[in-house]
Amino acid sequence: MNSTMAAEVVVEIGGIAVLLRSEDARLIPLLESRFGTFAGSGREPGYEFEITVIDGAALADPDADVSVTAEGSLWRMERGDFRAEWDSRTRQGRITQTLTPYAIDSVLRIVHSLALAQEGGFLLHAASVVRNGKAFLFSGVSTAGKTTISRLAPPDASVLTDEASYIRRMGDGNGYVAYGTPFAGEMGTPGVNTSGPIEALYFLGKGDSNHFEEIPRAEALRMLMRNILFFARDEELVNRVFAGACAFLERVPVRRLNFYPDERVWDLIG
Amino acid sequence: MTQTYIARSARIAARQLGDEMMIMSAVDSKFFTLNPVAVTVWLAADGKTPLHEIVTGRVCQEFEVSPEEALRDAEAFVSDLSEHGILLVSDQPIATNAAGYVE
Repeated sequence: MNSTMAAEVVVEIGGIAVLLRSEDARLIPLLESRFGTFAGSGREPGYEFEITVIDGAALADPDADVSVTAEGSLWRMERGDFRAEWDSRTRQGRITQTLTPYAIDSVLRIVHSLALAQEGGFLLHAASVVRNGKAFLFSGVSTAGKTTISRLAPPDASVLTDEASYIRRMGDGNGYVAYGTPFAGEMGTPGVNTSGPIEALYFLGKGDSNHFEEIPRAEALRMLMRNILFFARDEELVNRVFAGACAFLERVPVRRLNFYPDERVWDLIG
Repeated sequence: MTQTYIARSARIAARQLGDEMMIMSAVDSKFFTLNPVAVTVWLAADGKTPLHEIVTGRVCQEFEVSPEEALRDAEAFVSDLSEHGILLVSDQPIATNAAGYVE
C-alpha cells in the first residue's frame, strides 16, 4: 500500500538544486539511491517538481522515444516511462512516471540544459575528469573513447562523468567550470560530485601513439555544436546555445587528441 | 531580365570566425559553414541589391573568378541556403529590418 504523505529530496547538480516531491513514499528512497551524493542538498531549490507515480500500463507507449515541445514558457516532455510539464517562468513542474529512478534523468537533463543556456553554459556529450585541480573534457562520437580515457585516468583523478559534461561559466566570466554529474555512460556509475576549472576540451580519436593538435576555431565550433545537448528547436534557445559555444571557444583551447588506449596518455594530458 | 534579390533570415545564429562564417538555423538547428566567397554574398544580401550585381560588384572584385562561374556558384549557394530558410529569395526587392534581416 502506498503512503499518502509527501516525501521529498533535493538533487543538486552543478550548483543548481531541484526539489523532487512525491506522495508515493516508495519513490524518494529510489531517487536518493540513484543520485547518491547529488541528493540531499541543503541548498535552496531553484526548481520544483511534483511527481505522481502510476502503473506502467497506464502510459500509452512504454518504449516511445523522448519528445520535447515548448509553448511560450511551458515545456512538455514525454517518453515511454514519463510525462512532464514544466513552466520555465515559475520554475515549477509536474511529472507523471512509473516507479523508476531513471525517468527523472531526462527531465533533469532538459531542465539543467535550459538553466545553463540562460547563463552561457551547456551540457556537452563528453567525459570530464578533474586532476591536479584542473578539469579536462573529452568529447567525440560514441566509440571515440570517452569511457576508455575515463577508465585510464590515474588514481588521483576524479571522473566527473563519462557521458554528459556539465559546463558553467565562471562568475567573473574569465573561464568555465566542469561539474560532476550523476549522468553515466558505459561506466554505469555516477560521476564524482566535485568540480574544476576547465583546462582544455579534447575531441578523441584512437591511434598508435599519443599526440594532440589544436583545432581551428571554425572547425572547433562545428564539432562543439554537434555535441552540445539541447532538446528543443526553440529559436531563442538555439541563439543562446550558439552564443555560449562561441564564447566558450574564446576561453578554452580545443584540441584533437589521438591516443593509444593505455594509461600513458595521461602523461600528455596533465 | 528577371532579377534575383536575396536577404538574410533573422531566424539564425551566425558568427564569423576567421574568413569563414558559421551559421546555425534556429528553425531546425542545422549548421552551415560558408567559405570566403559565400561570406561575401551573405554579407551583401541586403534584399535590395540584385544577385548579379553582388557577383559582379563584390565577388569578382575580391576574388579571381569569372562572372559566369561566380554567378553559377552563387546561384547554387543561394538555392541551398534558401531551401533551409536561411536566405530569402524573391524577384522583387525584399524588406529587411534595421539590422538587414528579414523577421
